[in-house]
Amino acid sequence: MKGNGMNGNGKKDNPSLGESYFKAVKSFSKALPMLIGVVLLIGLFNAFITKEMIASVFTGNTLGDTFVGALIGSLTAGNPITSYIIGGELLDEGVSLFAVTSFMVAWVTVGTIQLPAEAAILGKRFAVIRNALSFIFAILVSILTVAIMGVIQ
Amino acid sequence: MNQGGEGRGKKDKSDISGIVFLISITVLYVLLYLVLPEKTTKALNASGSVFLSIVPVLLLVIFLMGFLNHFLRPKWVRKHLGEGSGAKGWSLAIATGILSHGPIYIWFPVLKDMREHGMGNGLIAAFIYNRAIKLPLLPVMIYYFGLLFVSVLMVLMVAASIVQGLVVERLMDAERMQ
Repeated sequence: MKGNGMNGNGKKDNPSLGESYFKAVKSFSKALPMLIGVVLLIGLFNAFITKEMIASVFTGNTLGDTFVGALIGSLTAGNPITSYIIGGELLDEGVSLFAVTSFMVAWVTVGTIQLPAEAAILGKRFAVIRNALSFIFAILVSILTVAIMGVIQ
Repeated sequence: MNQGGEGRGKKDKSDISGIVFLISITVLYVLLYLVLPEKTTKALNASGSVFLSIVPVLLLVIFLMGFLNHFLRPKWVRKHLGEGSGAKGWSLAIATGILSHGPIYIWFPVLKDMREHGMGNGLIAAFIYNRAIKLPLLPVMIYYFGLLFVSVLMVLMVAASIVQGLVVERLMDAERMQ
């Protein structure tokens, strides 16, 4: 993986291990305020948004609920296990598998809460494109999953 | 910080945006505490728990960043994880995405470093998407939704990550061309 120690401009291109770790800590410390902010936002979400609030927004319309599922999944954050548990409870309450699947997929692929961190570190355009596509794919993946399940079973 | 070659001014701006964001959230906490002290304290405790749980991963990430800075050469990264790295690049991004641990936002600085070393935007997007597949949590998902559902979903998510990566690559390239 390592080069010959010199780059094309004749400059040294392999810093010492100490320099590499100094650079890593410096780079990480710049991202730290944003990461702490995201963790604090996740705490707010956990304390203020209940399972009942999430269940109340589904209406029974399959297509609409699939969209709403992806939307709610996009706005929420936390351990994926929580999304499985909420998803299981939503299914028990009669919410369609389309909606539950889009909810769980969006939960883990769309990061609205961490969007400021993603935009600051990886670029605004990249973050917006990636999250918008993830939202669309949450709906497509849920429709395909349930359709394939229907064919197989 | 979009690309490695951006100016110092923009870097300074994004460094400050993190601090501004943190101050905004702190102000939000203070305001909420004035109205709903119990729930806000609960939120702060929940944040503390999340933070404590990610400390080991934070240390791993710093270790990895130092390792990457020292051992990875841009030429190697461009060849194996750059645009045009082919099936090997996609496989590597998917596998490392699935196997990596902790919340995704911890990995953003590593991905930024990898991009500066030459990793393609499409592969970065594929890595992030595949972090949605949590192998240790699959038994829980199978318990709730069954093996067939989980198997179909996981295959489709890997496929979606590749399609998404290709679209991201195309759209980011379009910006670079302008």
